[in-house]
Amino acid sequence: MTLQYMITVTLNGLTLAALYFIVASGFSLIFGLMRTVNMAHGSLYLIGAYVGFSVFDPLYASSATYDYAWYIAVVAGVAAAAVAGVIMQVVFLGWMQGQELRQALVTIGLSIIVADQLLAIYGGNPFQFFAPDLLFGPTLVPVIGRYSTFRLFQIGLALAVGIGLWVLLNKTRLGIMVRAGVDDRQMLAACGINVPLVSVAVFALGAGLAGLGGVIGATAQPVALGVDVKFLLTSLVVVIVGGMGSIGGTAIGAILIGVAEQWGQALFPTYSVILTFAIMVAVLAIRPQGILGRTG
Amino acid sequence: MLRKTLRISTAIALATGALALSGMTAANAQETIKIGSITTLEGPFATGGQDAYRAMEMAFEEIDYTINGKTIEWIRESSNAQADVALARARKLIEQDNVDIIIGPLSGAEGIALRDYSRTLEGKTIVNGSSGAADTTLRDASPNFFRFNTEGTQWMAGLGNHVYNDLGIQHVALVAADYAFPYAQVMGFMLDYCKAGGAVTKLWSPLNTTDFGSIIANIPDDAGAVLLIQGGTDALAFLTQYAEAGGELPIIGGSITADQTLLSARGPHQRLMEGMLAAGPIADLNDDPMWVEWVAAYRERFPDGFDSPSIHAFNYYTNTKAVLLALEEVGGDLSNNQQAFQEALAGIEFKNPMGANVALDDNRQAISDIFLTRIVDDGGTLRTQAFGKAEGVTQTMGMDRDEFLALGSPSRDNPDCPPTN
Repeated sequence: MTLQYMITVTLNGLTLAALYFIVASGFSLIFGLMRTVNMAHGSLYLIGAYVGFSVFDPLYASSATYDYAWYIAVVAGVAAAAVAGVIMQVVFLGWMQGQELRQALVTIGLSIIVADQLLAIYGGNPFQFFAPDLLFGPTLVPVIGRYSTFRLFQIGLALAVGIGLWVLLNKTRLGIMVRAGVDDRQMLAACGINVPLVSVAVFALGAGLAGLGGVIGATAQPVALGVDVKFLLTSLVVVIVGGMGSIGGTAIGAILIGVAEQWGQALFPTYSVILTFAIMVAVLAIRPQGILGRTG
Repeated sequence: MLRKTLRISTAIALATGALALSGMTAANAQETIKIGSITTLEGPFATGGQDAYRAMEMAFEEIDYTINGKTIEWIRESSNAQADVALARARKLIEQDNVDIIIGPLSGAEGIALRDYSRTLEGKTIVNGSSGAADTTLRDASPNFFRFNTEGTQWMAGLGNHVYNDLGIQHVALVAADYAFPYAQVMGFMLDYCKAGGAVTKLWSPLNTTDFGSIIANIPDDAGAVLLIQGGTDALAFLTQYAEAGGELPIIGGSITADQTLLSARGPHQRLMEGMLAAGPIADLNDDPMWVEWVAAYRERFPDGFDSPSIHAFNYYTNTKAVLLALEEVGGDLSNNQQAFQEALAGIEFKNPMGANVALDDNRQAISDIFLTRIVDDGGTLRTQAFGKAEGVTQTMGMDRDEFLALGSPSRDNPDCPPTN
């Protein structure tokens, strides 16, 4: 096994982790901070990807708009998922705050409905976005040679999302309100703050991140019905391993799972799935609240 | 009192209803032939299943749903490519709908489940739909199960020799999904290829892999081609990522690699696909007049269907056609535990829509022609074109049955011919 090979596999793991982080950070915001059990997070990913694609496809086909089709698709995907998230929070989840079982069942129901509606509208064929020319093709990376530019871009984007979220939560007024709401909802409301509105804003942000993940993910790998379950499961594992509601924890969780998946695929492909769950079992056994999770 | 009257009247109503029902079935038994079918209208192969039913509809419409004055009643069922679901639907068709014949299923494990179920039936026949696992008919065959389509191992006939002898490629990197159908395809390729002197580096990935980064990193530098035995989304993911990583080796596909999913999707993988070789029972472009006519009929009947009928449409049509031909031969007579019908079915010989001759072997498995195909740019659309043909391919790939069975079931490690260094 050469050094070049080891670095390539690790880099593959990190780039996959970047995608997992983008999707799971939205899940972490909603589940970890707001304590809303959103089993329809994967559906938000799908909505982002499908709506983004229906905007992307005609633009990409025309030579006048070909160059910026992908960027518009990103915006459309994020916006569509955020709107869907707001509707979910306002119509269904907001008034059942704190009833976790009820929220879980309602969101599972929603995810089934969304999947069937997408099948009815778009059909069952898989599709994929094509990265803009700027991001397509290989880049020369020292030691390992040619490496996919888009995968490197994923890392940059994940870093930007991570830093942005950290700044938002720790350095802004909205962040202070969100964190206060996590600790004591009633006290925050008594201070004259519109808590439901804050919840809607956080939900929109989390859903928008799922939509962003949808377009980025659908550029890196094809999307078909069924990937919603895969990304929901990955998000759950990442958040459980990393610790609920912690951006740093989500990053660590995503890196662990992404790198383990790629090394598993390289060394023992058939059993690579086990590795992911072995990590989860180990974390749950030693540190049930997750690596950076708070107790209590 | 009122309650009692109600109960009695309900009982009478039920009894009358039951009588009426039994009377109807008795009367209909002579006039109607009930054919049930199972395909996948749910799950990963839903679009293939939909296409399968298009083709069946064509076959029934050709004879206007009548055989010798008897009407054919077609009852459609759906599975999701899981063996237990297919089995439950087959039981429903036999036990509740009381069908005479089942046509289906679509995928490999389902086929084995229905083969085992068919053994427990008396006076019923199951004819395969599109499932292609070798063992369904090769080992432990059932007298009530017939398959008029060729299967995964047969489909690769001739490709191994072509790649080694004609193209001079001595080492291929195999990128394949880790389950029964690709094992069968890989065996079909490697039997010839290893015998000719070729070496194969195997890279298995679980079904539904979407990130092939590390698989691509594992492709050896001295490989002359990539043998890609993946279908649908997985194949699209691999080819896109391989193109993105700057991969340049020629691609050789399996029989379900170059399907409509891949051919109709636009994107960077298309650069790798033009010129891609594969083998299988059908090709989009084939000069045979039967094929040209069939494709034209398909397009006219189903303007919203695929550009060219899929492999599942082809297989379901071939199997349905066989059933209808045998029914015609016996004049729709299914009496005496379908004995005459099953004999006719076993002995039938006809041409499938590709213009290839189909006959059954002793295990009721089709012997037919296999085509070598190449992907060409046909006026802006990618299509598969036949450029060679292996005639009358048997399930034992031309080998003696005992000798072939001694090779063992295809698996991850069987057969094997790794590079020597």
